Amino acid sequence: MTATVPLQAYLILSAALFTIGVIGVLIRRNALIIFMAIELMLNAVNLSFVAFSRFLDSMDGQVIVFFVMAVAAAEVALGLAIIIALYRNKESVNVDEINLLRG
Amino acid sequence: MPDLAFFVIMAAKIIVVFGLMLLSVTYLTWLERKLIGHMQVRYGPMRVGPHGLLQPIADGLKLMFKEDIIPEAADRKLYLMAPALALVPAFISFAVIPFGNQVRLFGRTIDLVITDINVGLLYLFGVTSLGVYGIVLGGWASNNKYALLGGLRSAAQMISYELSLGLSVVGVVMLSGSLSLVEIVNAQSTVWFVVLQPIGFLIFLICATAETNRAPFDLPEAETELVAGFHVEYSSMKFAMYFIAEYANMITVAALATTLFLGGWRGPVLPSVVWFLIKLFLFIFLFIWLRATLPRFRYDQLMRFGWKVLLPAALANIVITAGFVALR
Amino acid sequence: MEWVVFIPLAAMALATAVSVVLLRNPIYCALSLIGTFFALSGLYLLLQAQFIAMVQVIIYAGAIMVLFLFVIMLLDLGHEPSPWPRRDRPRLLLSVVLVLLLLLELTVAIRPGISKAIRGPYTSAVVDAVGNTQLVGRLLFTDFLIPFEITSIILLIAIIGAMVLARRHLG
Repeated sequence: MTATVPLQAYLILSAALFTIGVIGVLIRRNALIIFMAIELMLNAVNLSFVAFSRFLDSMDGQVIVFFVMAVAAAEVALGLAIIIALYRNKESVNVDEINLLRG
Repeated sequence: MPDLAFFVIMAAKIIVVFGLMLLSVTYLTWLERKLIGHMQVRYGPMRVGPHGLLQPIADGLKLMFKEDIIPEAADRKLYLMAPALALVPAFISFAVIPFGNQVRLFGRTIDLVITDINVGLLYLFGVTSLGVYGIVLGGWASNNKYALLGGLRSAAQMISYELSLGLSVVGVVMLSGSLSLVEIVNAQSTVWFVVLQPIGFLIFLICATAETNRAPFDLPEAETELVAGFHVEYSSMKFAMYFIAEYANMITVAALATTLFLGGWRGPVLPSVVWFLIKLFLFIFLFIWLRATLPRFRYDQLMRFGWKVLLPAALANIVITAGFVALR
Repeated sequence: MEWVVFIPLAAMALATAVSVVLLRNPIYCALSLIGTFFALSGLYLLLQAQFIAMVQVIIYAGAIMVLFLFVIMLLDLGHEPSPWPRRDRPRLLLSVVLVLLLLLELTVAIRPGISKAIRGPYTSAVVDAVGNTQLVGRLLFTDFLIPFEITSIILLIAIIGAMVLARRHLG
């Protein structure tokens, strides 16, 4: 093995984390856990950005990760507020039971 | 690869700092009881050893021998983990604080800081924000309504004041141009930042008292309020761990205040470590004095103060400092 | 030498990520996600992005997950029923297979030399000389000024939106 970790290792790890997040969104029925899986996906992408920033000698990746984190924080606040409002109406956070608009 | 001497020196520093912190935390309890006693025109502990000096040892033995009760419906893993989660951040936050000037020992120059990272101040904020988990999870794992509410209230208080704490320090960062605590101390070689940033200093002190859940902001855990808050179901050593964590947090926040505003270890004549300890003791005395003197804030008063008074004041401080730095 | 740090951190990230998806108690899922964030913070340190590593701990592990824990504790959700109910099993297996195909495709796409990206000016020597945080700050206020200002508006909208959405309607 070479002394330093190559870019591909970080990218494969990022892809693996992203797919685990996607599986989480597809499998779980609890809205909060789906939300956590979405955060996992965002973090996987952050890892890609930072890895590229290091290996391409550019700081743009880190600045973009900063923005992603700020927007993720805003999104979590709003998403949790929506989930709370949903719970107040339906007494459940199971996404299978939120089917009022079903035809 | 750094050589063996590097690791030996680092291990020695860690052992010294960690040991001293543990010792200080135990004797801080004694100091607090004595000082509050004298402020209330009484003596405090006097019986156990001369002037009550062996009182912390007696307390420690008592707590160790007390019966360790774990509620049956409590979440065992979280219940056992929560006090440790409160204790660890309190101790590792001391890793970046410089407690003295360079010394020459055995022919090498040793920096008196365990590790000087270039984002030291951010590391400290990250670690203090982790202290919330010990309280929240302790309240939840106790399977007790009152513990949960107490834990959530305490956590909400901590994260509200964390914000103003971080903002009050931005002025110091602007003046010193770095996030590394060693460089912040070096930037105070001519004048201490308490002179240049009086508002920031005041806001920092208030937020630090609230952040460590000390009086007058100790509503979530006071004995007379809400059945003693989040640690109502804890007994014996786990209860002791929460209190060690609180005192360790107090020491860390006092150390941070001396490093950021009072020039750290800088001072004439006396050795640098002695100056650091003197300034540290000054802040700890201030915290104990506040506890003995001021009545407790009510929870809504506390939150209103944090969001409507301290946050705008910290923001105004940033704007004014930025104006001065830009025009310099 | 870097592998000695990379492999445990990567293993921790993967293990905690899988726990988030598979565990049934929402609190344990949240705690596993915090573990993932710590592993990622360590990886950012390995990639010499110290500012982003610390900001990750402060924002994600220190604020966002506290918010998650608050909501989980206040809504008092108990243990989940099994996430593999019998009648749903074919659909779930199909989704897992498709996602694994996605992973395969991504791994194949990451061949050495596939990207012809331009290297920028900030080599490790330059970053060490100026300082990681200083460079990020410089870029934020010059090249990325407009996104920076828009982000502040986004945060304001989020604050107002969260207050409006979660408000109890009286009367």
